[in-house]
Amino acid sequence: MDYGLDLEYSFNEFLKGFGLSSEIAHIIWLPLPMLLVLVAAVVGVLVTVWLERKISAAAQQRIGPEYAGALGVLQPIADGLKLLVKEDIIPAKADGILFTAGPILVLVPVILSWLIVPFGQNLLISNVGIGIFLWIALSSIQPIGLLMSGYASNNKYSLLGGLRAAAQSISYEIPLALSVLAIVLMTNSLSTIDIVNQQSGAGILSWNIWRQPVGFIVFWICALAECERLPFDLPEAEEELVAGYQTEYAGMKFALFYLGSYINLILSALLVSILYLGGWGFPIPVELIAKFLNLPINAPFIQVFTASIGIVMTVLKAYLLVFIAILLRWTTPRVRIDQLLDLGWKFLLPISLANLLITAGLKLAFPKFFGG
Amino acid sequence: MSIAITTQFICFTVLSLVVIIGALGVVLLESIVYSAFLLGGVFMSVAGLYLLLNASFVAAAQVLVYVGAVNVLIIFAIMLVNKKEDLKPINDIKSRRIISTSICLTLLSLLIRVDLTNVWSLSSPQNSIGEESTIRIGEHLFSDYLLPFEVASVLLLMAMIGAIVLARRDVMSQDISTGLPVDQELIEKSSEPLLTNKN
Repeated sequence: MDYGLDLEYSFNEFLKGFGLSSEIAHIIWLPLPMLLVLVAAVVGVLVTVWLERKISAAAQQRIGPEYAGALGVLQPIADGLKLLVKEDIIPAKADGILFTAGPILVLVPVILSWLIVPFGQNLLISNVGIGIFLWIALSSIQPIGLLMSGYASNNKYSLLGGLRAAAQSISYEIPLALSVLAIVLMTNSLSTIDIVNQQSGAGILSWNIWRQPVGFIVFWICALAECERLPFDLPEAEEELVAGYQTEYAGMKFALFYLGSYINLILSALLVSILYLGGWGFPIPVELIAKFLNLPINAPFIQVFTASIGIVMTVLKAYLLVFIAILLRWTTPRVRIDQLLDLGWKFLLPISLANLLITAGLKLAFPKFFGG
Repeated sequence: MSIAITTQFICFTVLSLVVIIGALGVVLLESIVYSAFLLGGVFMSVAGLYLLLNASFVAAAQVLVYVGAVNVLIIFAIMLVNKKEDLKPINDIKSRRIISTSICLTLLSLLIRVDLTNVWSLSSPQNSIGEESTIRIGEHLFSDYLLPFEVASVLLLMAMIGAIVLARRDVMSQDISTGLPVDQELIEKSSEPLLTNKN
């Protein structure tokens, strides 16, 4: 299965042509995918913010932004510029060090998690062995940043928001990890590449969503809760807590929270598409199309075509999920804190445990369909 | 020295410095909140040291358990009870400090002695298994380390049941700390749905 573009190898070979040692070539290569992913994440945020504004406008029968660029596409950039040039305020009685460190601690783990998001067979920063487990571990750091900024703001609404965020994050981490575990059980691997490859056999029919429908729903609910999207946006419930832990923040520090939450939303959507919707796979397997057209699968043209189809499919699936998340945000009311914790501990946790048990049983009973 | 070894050396130095200075900060700082956050930093750097040793699964587990669960709970507890009152002055604080410092220094000298006398090098240098370690850990947990694993899970279950009993006041008729009879009505009220009998 090891075909597809290997840009790193080609790039290193290209640099070696100039007489550089392989170590130097590797060092020159290293920052490139990282920068590319960072840019992709930020552009993804701009697109999502624009989508959020336009879809919320449509849901409320407004027009939304329309003067900045065609259909208001430049509006998110204008928003970002405004936040960049705003004055950076630290409240007089706030704790300066923790107040500054909080937003950084929220954003950095989210960006680090992009390490494992694959857009194709070799199109990811690093195929680390622990793969999806890295994301679960990193996303557990975030509540510390939220608690830190909530405490440092010296404001009761901020503190309450931070505490709520941490409680929510802890209670939804467990069903999330359990539904990922069911997928890992079927794949026999934690690597995101292996998870996608295991779903690539028969196109849309072999996607995990058919084998793990319960896991898919549990994962999606938990991902929304981890992102603090509307049915679960209690940490920043504006009618109760002004803006939760963000209340005292302005300028670039607020922008870090804003960026963090949207990057996290896109990341969750990407991970849902990787875990349940076949990742970069086309609904009809590309090998079948190539066979039908009588083209060799290893031809350079086919490889470039496959890679671009892979990127397009990953992004398309992710944005479909982002669209659903935005629709949910503008059409559902907020749950109460006790309903939120009840849903997490009394409903999602038992269901995901049962799902794990049934998956293990099915794997042993029907090893052909559930990955022996 | 090759570039890889230099990078590794720099990472090791930085991580060890963060661990040592952070741990000293946890113990010596007056503010309990700073101590708790620094503890998180120390846990993170220990995870970084595991990464340097090619134990990526252990590193991720360290982050998940110690930073994501233990440290978050510590900070959570501090923030829920943080009353900002001055602690009662202890009269013989000086002698206490001298005793605890001497105990710590004795422990440190013992550990230095262990470090100098023990032979740390592995028998075979080709022992690193890297990415395969996840599978190897699972195999060990369910074969030769099965009993400790199961005992640990029973211990966790006991702790969980204990926490539930302490949190549910209606299990006992008396309050544990004050000895007063428990107000059972309050508990019933909170679980009552808000919108019943409204029509």
